[in-house]
Amino acid sequence: MARVFRFGDGVSTDAIMPGRYNLTTDPAALARACFVEHRPGFADAVRPGDLIVAGSNFGCGSSREHAPLAIKAAGIGAVVARSFARIFYRNAVNLGLPVIRCPELYQAVEDGDQVEVDILRGNIRAHGRAYQGEPPSAVARRISEAGSLVELIRTGGWAAIEEVI
Amino acid sequence: MGTLVEEILSRRLGRRVRAGQTVVAEVDCVMAHDVTGPLAIEAFESLGMPLWNPERTVFSFDHVFPSNSVAASELHRRIREFATRNQVRNLLAEGICHVVMVEQGFVRPGGIVVGADSHSTTYGALGCFATGMGSTDIGVTMATGRSWFRVPETLRVEVHGELPRAVQAKDLALHVIRRLGAEGANYLSVEWAGPAVSSMGMSERLTLANMSVDFGAKCGLCEVDAATWAYLGLPDGGELRASGARYRDTLTIDATGLEPQVAEPPAIDNVRPLSELAGTRLDEVFIGSCANGRIEDLATAATLLEGRQVHPETRTIVVPGSRRTYLLALQRGYIDTFVRAGAVVMAAGCGPCLGRQHGTLGPGERALSTSMRNYPGRMGSPEAEIYLANPLVAAASALAGAIADPREEL
Repeated sequence: MARVFRFGDGVSTDAIMPGRYNLTTDPAALARACFVEHRPGFADAVRPGDLIVAGSNFGCGSSREHAPLAIKAAGIGAVVARSFARIFYRNAVNLGLPVIRCPELYQAVEDGDQVEVDILRGNIRAHGRAYQGEPPSAVARRISEAGSLVELIRTGGWAAIEEVI
Repeated sequence: MGTLVEEILSRRLGRRVRAGQTVVAEVDCVMAHDVTGPLAIEAFESLGMPLWNPERTVFSFDHVFPSNSVAASELHRRIREFATRNQVRNLLAEGICHVVMVEQGFVRPGGIVVGADSHSTTYGALGCFATGMGSTDIGVTMATGRSWFRVPETLRVEVHGELPRAVQAKDLALHVIRRLGAEGANYLSVEWAGPAVSSMGMSERLTLANMSVDFGAKCGLCEVDAATWAYLGLPDGGELRASGARYRDTLTIDATGLEPQVAEPPAIDNVRPLSELAGTRLDEVFIGSCANGRIEDLATAATLLEGRQVHPETRTIVVPGSRRTYLLALQRGYIDTFVRAGAVVMAAGCGPCLGRQHGTLGPGERALSTSMRNYPGRMGSPEAEIYLANPLVAAASALAGAIADPREEL
């Protein structure tokens, strides 16, 4: 079971990782600063595999990859949102942080709820009901299967992407 | 045939591509800056591949330059050492990447540029397909010269009529964002067109392309015409337009009735006409950024500040977008005007926009900025408030110490 950390609409990368805290590439330092002002205590409260459930346009704003990196390093198992900002979504996929578009889940859960997540299938069970996330694109699936974009390109080159487009 | 983005990508790939298809394409140039660069370098180094092309790899020191902390100095050092190891000579340290990249010829009509900064969409004003990405994507492009793109569907914003006095591209962008919402163009290409856009100077077109990402767009494009080539100082290479295109949506706007717009905290789509917010007290005014830090923006602010004094309780900070902008502003007397008016002129760069360098806001403080982001915490304390407006409104507000209408001064 994963515990839900629920966030609202339009959570920006400035909220996830304020520009005054990302002058480092150290995942542990970034994890400590994750939501440091928007939701103080977040990093300490997360247990490995917990879930962020958010409203629309999650991760809007700056392209700083420090944001998904911090969420992943904090131990979050997946982010499920009504919708994602484009760059954040792509960054998360590239890093191997599971991101699931599932418009219905947002209204169905509260902060602290316990849910079951099947990350590979994008399946979430909450309060006895099943919610199905939207399937990722072929390219996103290919990157996720490899673990990260770097791993995919390192082992398969662009051919690994060209064969699924 | 097709939308502007379909046209650019089709020409580059030598085959017709349509919205919805995914393509792998070679880029002209790959850029990262002092904050996103080190993570891109880490991604690049994990690949174990040589650098694709040192001459087409660019690092810009602008987000925290000159460094104001040991941590930032360390990031700069890592980039410089990487550049030395890999024979990268394009280390730009003379202003905001999006201003300097255009000045130094890294952006060409019909080209493809990717940057580890969301406002890389700015280059679309020159008819270049340009988009912001994270550091991993940029690291991969540094190694391979390529990236993958889903060809986006297009939202065409067709602007008719003439922009009224004191109404600028910034106001047009904010108006569109109010109508469509902060994710109104998510994953889309925004094509800015129509007579009001063709008659705009390049500086204003750059503002439109820049702010396209602030309502979610993958790129924001303007058609290429004689003004585009002239701005780049290049011989006229002909027009590049959409033709026979199928759009996801077309938004038609009559600019004639627009008034200056202000985005209220805490979101970019929280936009109201200036008249409804006039009188709001301000602790800080910031004139600069990749949205409005070019010479034309400083010129417009200087017209109002000439011979006047900014309000004593409102710190006014002016940051030229680039060294070239700074030098022109010096030659034309704008810097003299700003300093005599009591404004602080800082070194070219991103300035207070991201709260990391100077002009950082404290709790309860209120700023009006010509940048394009007003998320809580963007310019400092999450309890500070950020209003966004054009440089004329910013100058009038600096004089009044509160949000003010420049039309009363002109």
